[in-house]
Amino acid sequence: MIGLQHFLTLSAMLFVLSIAGIVINRRNLILLLMCIELMLLAVNFNFIAFSRYLGDDTGQVFVFFILTVAAAEAAIGLAILVVLFRSRRSINVQELNTMKG
Amino acid sequence: MLFHAILFYVFSAILIAAACGVIFSKNPVHAIMFLVLAFFQSAMLWLLAEAEFLAIVLVLVYVGAVMVLFLFVVMMLEVNVEAVKRGLTRFAPLAIGVALLMAFELVQLIWLRSQSDTLPGVFEPYPEGYSNTKSLGSVLYTEHVYAFEIAAVVLLLAIVAAITLTMRKRPGLKVQNISKQVAVRAKDRLRVVKMESEKKQ
Repeated sequence: MIGLQHFLTLSAMLFVLSIAGIVINRRNLILLLMCIELMLLAVNFNFIAFSRYLGDDTGQVFVFFILTVAAAEAAIGLAILVVLFRSRRSINVQELNTMKG
Repeated sequence: MLFHAILFYVFSAILIAAACGVIFSKNPVHAIMFLVLAFFQSAMLWLLAEAEFLAIVLVLVYVGAVMVLFLFVVMMLEVNVEAVKRGLTRFAPLAIGVALLMAFELVQLIWLRSQSDTLPGVFEPYPEGYSNTKSLGSVLYTEHVYAFEIAAVVLLLAIVAAITLTMRKRPGLKVQNISKQVAVRAKDRLRVVKMESEKKQ
């Protein structure tokens, strides 16, 4: 019988995988953004599972708003990425050390 | 119920495999394709959890729009794949170790609660004639209507920010000055000259 624990376990595994992805791919800014999207997906899994378990639709409303904000974040993040690539010809995180004191 | 469980495990396995593909693939285009697969499997799992509206929204908004945006940017930037590959695995053993530890602890906590608790974590079936979209809408447009409007403002802000960030003025480009063109009057351009008519010779 599939229940709350199964969904929470899946969400935990997804979240942990995306944290590992952020550390592994710390050179590439696009992959970092994609790992953040995966993390938000894991959070949404928790909201959906608890909303279903408690029979309360407010959790799904929260998922709706998280999706909205994540879409806005992706759009602005990619725009910043494009501007960065135009000025530096690179999206390597290691080379973005202009503000290092 | 058994078929339900089999579907859940198959979709979860594909989801975890796709997430591994996202974080381990060298080529950003492959990573985005794996991310599309991960989002699609999540939509299937949300359908299994009877969150139908959000599952379809996930497919339409994420797979249809955000992932295409990612793909567009990756293909536009022509990132040097070889340069990205270097130094990829320096922190990988540490990251995988920390991730395994965190996963172990989280899973232990989740299942500890379910063993000691008298309540099983099963999903109660919805009553006959329940509509997910209808009930979601009746909450969204009444209780959370201000948050809904703020979400619209956030999207507007994202549009304005993305356009202003990426718009650039290139020097030396021949462009029309529209306001000057519109503001022009006939007497600035046309001069009527009075003169005698010519006599026939």
